[in-house]
Amino acid sequence: MKFAVVVFPGSNCDRDMYHAVKDSLNEEVDLVWYQDADLSEYDVILLPGGFSYGDYLRSGAIASTSNIVQQIKEAAAQKKPVLGVCNGFQVLLESGLLPGAMLPNRDLKFMCHHEELRVENAETMFSSEYQKGGLIHLPIAHGEGNYYCDDATYQQLKDNEQIVFTYTNNPNGSTGDIAGIVNETGNVLGMMPHPERAVESLLGNADGLRLFQSILMYWRNNHVIHA
Amino acid sequence: MRKVKVYITLKEGVLDPQGKAVKNSLNTLDYANVNEVRVGKYMEVMMEDAENLEAQVEEMCEKLLANPVIEDYSYQIEEVIA
Repeated sequence: MKFAVVVFPGSNCDRDMYHAVKDSLNEEVDLVWYQDADLSEYDVILLPGGFSYGDYLRSGAIASTSNIVQQIKEAAAQKKPVLGVCNGFQVLLESGLLPGAMLPNRDLKFMCHHEELRVENAETMFSSEYQKGGLIHLPIAHGEGNYYCDDATYQQLKDNEQIVFTYTNNPNGSTGDIAGIVNETGNVLGMMPHPERAVESLLGNADGLRLFQSILMYWRNNHVIHA
Repeated sequence: MRKVKVYITLKEGVLDPQGKAVKNSLNTLDYANVNEVRVGKYMEVMMEDAENLEAQVEEMCEKLLANPVIEDYSYQIEEVIA
């Protein structure tokens, strides 16, 4: 199983993502520069956090116009797992791969601390190793993580069980306490908290590792068993 | 040559924490009659004239300059005399 971490100018959580997959999950992973990446040879696409293009115009907006987004859309259409964390989530929103948009945090502060999350849906390919209703802790680090969507979209997200993680103590003003959502087909996850920064009990928190293990389980169930 | 003035504003109903902070600051400066501030963006796009210029500008706003989920846009197209 091969993971790709797409690196944009200004990405800064790409190494953390790489480390999580390579050293904690023990799977193959490459850092791929957004300009010369060929995503067709990868099974999972990871979009890391950071400040692609310095957050010019809107977070993720400039990155969403780069050519690689077409490849990411193709991978998503092929039902490959696509995970966008923090700025990666913003890129997925700006590309239209996920519904909604990001606003500056309610209190206008950049926030960098651990948050408690509730697992709302434990049946996605990203969350099967968690318990529905279970509480986990993940670090957040963002200035624009205030998820916004209109009422109709929010109702749709709820009806389709697309909300995967919510904050128990909403730090940024997100609609419906949303911390992470999947697309309708369930193979594109965007989330503001950083699972890749919580993969080792040695460093105090391994709650994020189960997210990567969920992807691995999903892939094995679909590829190895039927091989 | 045309100068396109693009105005981006937050949609009505979308909270504007920045605008609220600016409003509070104006109140602190004793402008007690300021009730609300909404912060937006203004851009100037210089471009060669084209037959479908207005359609182009519309498309640019939809695709990139504004995020239609949270923002509204308007624009004026002006002639630039060299």
